[in-house]
Amino acid sequence: MGEAAVIWGRLTEAFWLNCQLFGLTLLFALPLGLVVSFGSMSKFAPLRGVVKTFVWIIRGTPLMLQILVIYLGPGLMGFTSPWPSGGSGRLVAAVVAFAINYACYFSEIYRGGIEAVPKGQTEAGQVLGMTKAQIFFRVTLLQVIKRILPPMGNEIITLVKDTSLANVIANKDIIMMAKEYSAKGLIWPLFSTAVFFLVFVGALTLLFGWLEKRLDYFK
Amino acid sequence: MALLEVNGIGKSFGTTKVLRDISFELAEGEALAIIGSSGSGKTTLLRCLNFLETADTGSITVAGETLWSAADTRTQSEEAIRKKRLHFGLVFQNFNLFPQYTALQNVMLAGQLLAKERPDYKQNKKQILADIETQARQLLAQMGLSDREGHYPHQLSGGQQQRVAIARALALHPDILCFDEPTSALDPELTGEVLRVLRELAEHKTTMIIVTHEMKFARDVADRILFMDGGVVVEQGDAKEVIDHPKEERTRQFLASYGK
Repeated sequence: MGEAAVIWGRLTEAFWLNCQLFGLTLLFALPLGLVVSFGSMSKFAPLRGVVKTFVWIIRGTPLMLQILVIYLGPGLMGFTSPWPSGGSGRLVAAVVAFAINYACYFSEIYRGGIEAVPKGQTEAGQVLGMTKAQIFFRVTLLQVIKRILPPMGNEIITLVKDTSLANVIANKDIIMMAKEYSAKGLIWPLFSTAVFFLVFVGALTLLFGWLEKRLDYFK
Repeated sequence: MALLEVNGIGKSFGTTKVLRDISFELAEGEALAIIGSSGSGKTTLLRCLNFLETADTGSITVAGETLWSAADTRTQSEEAIRKKRLHFGLVFQNFNLFPQYTALQNVMLAGQLLAKERPDYKQNKKQILADIETQARQLLAQMGLSDREGHYPHQLSGGQQQRVAIARALALHPDILCFDEPTSALDPELTGEVLRVLRELAEHKTTMIIVTHEMKFARDVADRILFMDGGVVVEQGDAKEVIDHPKEERTRQFLASYGK
């Protein structure tokens, strides 16, 4: 096997970490964002205030900083680190940071989508004797999904590339792997990481285009 | 005995009094038209009857049962109100059909969800759902929309959408069917088809309350008229009597503005 093939193999291996982080972040951030959005729309003003402040802090500080704080913060404050030792601990900490960060961004997209559904839809459900849950799941939700697909696609594409930030706590992602080669004077592996991201994002773009088409049947 | 008794309903938004001491009765099979200029409180009254707004004072009684009373907080819980809403149906000015469902699904949805609360739902599920579907098809046929069952709201004209909305409200067999300016969002050439449906419902003795600006329709189709102005009932009585021989000066002025 030539050297190039070995390097491609190692880049692919490292990209798996980006993929894991991507998948796990979505798994937690998508539902968590909904909880946060309900909090930011709560009729109970103190809760709304707390949630909005939290969203402001998370959206107002760099994700890289949040990863560092979450990973190193507990230890620096004198607590025992909650993270398992070694690579898995670093990945878990990154997932936690990413999930919280992306949940806050998603929550604002959800909120926009929910508030854009005309009030008459809820009222029509109410006068037909539906419960709040029935109105949300049977009437509002699909209309919200249809509205938020384009901004969600945007945000999720950003997530693909943000996964590299996890290397700030020594998660060995594809960029970090490629940098090791450039440190040895071999620059093409770093440039070729773009191919991985482009292929991944290309697939996501197709997926979102397909989803939007699927929901084209109503207006 | 009156089917519906509305007693002393009052409602304020902030410091603005929108409704003041509204009282009226409605007998079974009667059609009541509520007329009045914009901002007179007609729509708010209808929304109070359907519990979309909570009145500040008064009570609402249907068939002898007090559904809601400002004096009795037990009548005001969310769950109690959900069930009591079903005594009333409401057809909105803007139809408010569910866009992701076909005309037929729009008519069936609420019935299907309510059926789940029936104790015999698990045993007779198939039969119950089949009955709901049959009834929904009949209602759409009655609205002249049999060939539109599979259409989504955005594929229908405004008049067709409003007729689907009427079928959707009828599907739950409300005691009293309310209409909030059902033709106001329609092009003039489409109002006719909706008014025709309302006329048929009145002929079949459907108990109805219709907030409307169509004076000729109110005169010809409604049994009684209630004229509101500034949040109070200025005049009520036999429909033709109120339109042709209004007793109050304010009613006369209002009707004059409609060229009556």
